[in-house]
Amino acid sequence: MWRDSLLVAGKDLRIEARSRVGLSQVAPFGVVALVLFAFALGPDRAMMAKGAPGLFWVAVLFCTVLAVQRSVSVESVDGARDGLRLSGLDPAGQFLGKAAAVAVQLVVLEVVLGVGVVLLYGARIEVPWLIIVSCVLGTVGLAATGTLYGALSAGLRMRETLLPFLFLPIAAPVLLAGTRVWQAGLAGGTESFGSPWLRLLVVFDAIYVALGIVVFGPIQESV
Amino acid sequence: MAPDAPSHPAILLHGAVALSGRFPLLAGVDLEVAVGETLLIEGPNGAGKTSLLRVCAGLVAVASGEASVLGLDPVRQRNQLRRRVGLLSHASHLYDDLTVRENVRFAVRAAGGDTGRIAEACDRWGLAGRLLKTSASKLSAGQRRRVALAVLTARWPELWLLDEPHAGLDASARDTLDRLITDAGTEGVTVLIASHETGFVESLAARAVTVTGGRITGGRSIGGPIAGAPSTGEPTFGSSAGPTAGSDALPVLGPDVGGTGGGAGRPAGQVAHVA
Repeated sequence: MWRDSLLVAGKDLRIEARSRVGLSQVAPFGVVALVLFAFALGPDRAMMAKGAPGLFWVAVLFCTVLAVQRSVSVESVDGARDGLRLSGLDPAGQFLGKAAAVAVQLVVLEVVLGVGVVLLYGARIEVPWLIIVSCVLGTVGLAATGTLYGALSAGLRMRETLLPFLFLPIAAPVLLAGTRVWQAGLAGGTESFGSPWLRLLVVFDAIYVALGIVVFGPIQESV
Repeated sequence: MAPDAPSHPAILLHGAVALSGRFPLLAGVDLEVAVGETLLIEGPNGAGKTSLLRVCAGLVAVASGEASVLGLDPVRQRNQLRRRVGLLSHASHLYDDLTVRENVRFAVRAAGGDTGRIAEACDRWGLAGRLLKTSASKLSAGQRRRVALAVLTARWPELWLLDEPHAGLDASARDTLDRLITDAGTEGVTVLIASHETGFVESLAARAVTVTGGRITGGRSIGGPIAGAPSTGEPTFGSSAGPTAGSDALPVLGPDVGGTGGGAGRPAGQVAHVA
């Protein structure tokens, strides 16, 4: 399973490195979203700093949709999904590999968006470990759910519109917990306030990683 | 034929029905193909040739009837089966953003094949020099076909399922493919060739079956080389739909033989029983 997941993750990351869709389209989209949020909130720096955690995670969520759609679309060209199925790769390995590739892209995006939040909204990071841990846990959860629902929508003609519809409500706990942990980790927050929300992220990750490992194969066979 | 031939046929289907939603892809196929045999599958467009190959590859599940491919249940043991099967379909299964070399390497490694054979396989299909570093998106349809064939050649699986294999290939590539199929037969590989351009492939196969309306409706002996002798008696074909038109030399399985029971002479390999 681990060998297969490394193989699939390596393939997806190589495709991303070649096409640069993440860097040239998804990351700029995230930054534009942050700028537009700033316009919507007005020139009040205090209000922007207060809203920064939520806006950061909303931008991450939207970028996840794009990253997952890209991950699904590379398998839909020229029968590539059938090629993967025919290779006899362990479905759990395929799931972990595809989720890992999405997660790596999200980490890069979160760094870009994090810098954007600090520069645009004037947010000050007081407890860096909380911010980092919440990003790591949130990334795992978003990548796992995104890959799972991406596979579900893969065989459908309406997948571009169906994926956000399926994925965004399911990812709401990550938005909520990530925002709360960021509030605790930014200036004016209380460090201890973040711990229960981190636990929620751990539980969310465990559920969706386990679910993906179990059901990814049957989903691949049915779409 | 390989010296240590297995005791079961390469493919054994009895009353195999496959569905796409409610639409029947196969409507009760009876087919037995011996290990090392090269079989031509004829039939008009939409007859079910591709579906038959996809069932044999474990890509389409058998909804009812019995199925065994390489002694494996193509539903329950599909991952095991897929690693031993090569399907050349209309799609090339290539990633546009990867180079030719990367595509071949990924496909061979993913299937657990020997990466040491990649260079030789690419050479055989004229994939050398700058072409190896070219992204798949820049290839012509014929070149994509060559890459797919290079993957098959490098993997060298036990069962080759070739769907219109000559389509898109130039004359020299067609010759290379014919030599490859002949070599495969000599080495005990079982080859199924689905084609409506039978002129190109008749010399490669010893036997042909005709698929019409998701059933095997006929069969004949043809003049191609017998690449591998059947391991469990004469190769048979037939349809649960009724009598078949074909050569007298080839016995036909009647509906009673092709039923769901496990009749005498059932091969040692595992057979899927699906109600």
